[in-house]
Amino acid sequence: MAIRILVGVKRAIDYAVKIQVKSDKSGVVTEGVKHSMNPFDEIAVEEAIRLKEKKVAQEVIAISCGPPQCQETLRTALALGADRAIHVEVAGKDYETLQPLAISKLIAAVAKKENVDLVLLGKLAIDDDSNQTGQMVAGLLSWPQAVFASKVDIKDKKAEVMREIDGGSETIRVKLPAVITADLRLNQPRFANL
Amino acid sequence: MLFQFIRRLSTSPLTRVRHPKLRRSTHYATLTDKDVNFFENLLPRGSVITNPDDCAPYNIDWIKTCQGQSQLVLRPKTVKEVQAILRYCHEHQLAVCPQSGNTGLAGGSVPVFDEIVLSFTSMNSIGDFDENSGVLTTDAGCILQTLDTHVRKFGHTMPIDLGAKGSCLIGGNVATNAGGLRVVRFGSLRSAVLGLEIVLADGSLLDCLTSLRKDNTGVDLKQPFIGSEGILGVITRVALACPLAMPGVGLGFFACSSFEQILSTMRLARRICGETLSAVEFLDESTYNLSLKNLKRAQSPIEPNKFYILIETMSSTEEHAKATLEKLANTALDKEFVTDGTLAQDLTQYQDLWAIRERVPEALVADGYVFKYDFSLPPSRMYKLVEETQQRMKPFSNVRNVTGFGHLGDQNLHLNITVKNGYSDEIKHELEPWLYEWVAKERGSVSAEHGLGLHKSKYLQLNKGEQSLVLMKQMKKMFDPKCILNPYKVLPYQID
Repeated sequence: MAIRILVGVKRAIDYAVKIQVKSDKSGVVTEGVKHSMNPFDEIAVEEAIRLKEKKVAQEVIAISCGPPQCQETLRTALALGADRAIHVEVAGKDYETLQPLAISKLIAAVAKKENVDLVLLGKLAIDDDSNQTGQMVAGLLSWPQAVFASKVDIKDKKAEVMREIDGGSETIRVKLPAVITADLRLNQPRFANL
Repeated sequence: MLFQFIRRLSTSPLTRVRHPKLRRSTHYATLTDKDVNFFENLLPRGSVITNPDDCAPYNIDWIKTCQGQSQLVLRPKTVKEVQAILRYCHEHQLAVCPQSGNTGLAGGSVPVFDEIVLSFTSMNSIGDFDENSGVLTTDAGCILQTLDTHVRKFGHTMPIDLGAKGSCLIGGNVATNAGGLRVVRFGSLRSAVLGLEIVLADGSLLDCLTSLRKDNTGVDLKQPFIGSEGILGVITRVALACPLAMPGVGLGFFACSSFEQILSTMRLARRICGETLSAVEFLDESTYNLSLKNLKRAQSPIEPNKFYILIETMSSTEEHAKATLEKLANTALDKEFVTDGTLAQDLTQYQDLWAIRERVPEALVADGYVFKYDFSLPPSRMYKLVEETQQRMKPFSNVRNVTGFGHLGDQNLHLNITVKNGYSDEIKHELEPWLYEWVAKERGSVSAEHGLGLHKSKYLQLNKGEQSLVLMKQMKKMFDPKCILNPYKVLPYQID
């Protein structure tokens, strides 16, 4: 029985951009600066697509919370192979104060509504380095979590995950539905082909 | 000393050994201790290099095809020092090899015999940038990438971009009228040079360093120096018009099954991308595979095929740059011009895809000794030359690859043949003069952007008529009567 996956993608300042602090020191310059999908989310999307190619998953749904520009990021996810994309619109002042807890609640609600078997997220976003969303989604849903995944094997509604820990790695087994967050060595994301 | 050189750099014998017909002219004096003392007194410590090990890198070119035997390298910091050096060399008839970043590909940047190397690497103070005119005035010894980073702070960019940007200096770029990746967008470097400060062979200063867009007063004396490869005078400062940096950039990398499809895609790109088009480059299968191997990329980003084309767009908004590229991708796919492709989704992918094209030269050097050719040809005939060369090289077992790639948008083909076991006279004579005569028959250029340097000076007459040659030699005589600047290069060398 093929599973259904919800993948979170965040629109963040591009990894290769040189960050500049605003002159009034209130934050970093984001106006006119190149934004793209958070690199760890690219890895999460890649893993979801690979699971679909292996016929372990039957559907991959991408989700992003933020202003209208997030649709660009969602379009990238679709180009990479996601089947559907959900944009939770949060704009203006609300977006400026949007924190991982609120995002976790949103993702948890969608995960329940869409009745997915797996929530795949990047381990952290490179703009805030919070590393909280995956863990909080699991907590809110009371689902098991396997974070900092560097290898994922799914069979019979169970996931065997090798995760990065201080001092090396450990392998754990979790029952689905579960939350998994992607670490750097999980895979090498593909280029979006025409 | 001689044998130390040969042992260490075994893939490139001395130029004078490789070209036995070239003879060091008796016209030039030999360096004496008195001369070295003069320079040591003139310049501060560190600016005079006489140790053979330290001189070695200045004596050999980047692609390891030439090796000279200079025993003296001078690295002045100021124009006055350059003037004093040349005044002395002029008086004592010492030959000088002006050297910029030493990234040249025609063997023009290193000494042939024992010419004194005049290096500009220390002359690197970035001058002023005028935000209203977009003009940068700077020393000739500044690294291109450093200058680009500097003007980007003001929202501008350098008018050229090439793979060697981390090492090449702007003085050398101007002296060779460097082409690069964005001629399609910004035009030739020549059109961006607004002023030059030049030191002539006798040490006198020719000040054409205005930074004006328009100045129609008399004969524009700086023009002959652009692209003259150091034979008319030495460039010490440059005033360049720098275009605005476009925040919106898009990159598409496509695969095609034939060269005709490549040309169709290029024509389509010109129509659809219009004013946003900023680069059009192509690679053939062997270039692509060598490049991926050099970058240690096990997987091809797109479905492999016989040819690849890279299209870049730039616009004041990200949306517009991406939109024209997406329209091109969809149309090219519909019309079946391309079989697969990818559009860079973020800056990292943008850099990764560009690296496949930009780092081709190092991939070739890693593959063996490189016979490097740079031609301007009608696009419809371009790949025919590569195919005929492949046929011609078939009987040679030590030929590894015959590769074609280049600035398709400028009708510029880079044809490279990689060979194992080092340089081969046999292969060289099979390639030359056949290649050059082929190009001359098509009325192409024997050197589109690399210049003539040492390797190609003898083919100048295939490209330019008698009258042009006569006038060029007269100009050389006028600017450098004692012929001390970069001898043996560019103009066909006549043995004394």
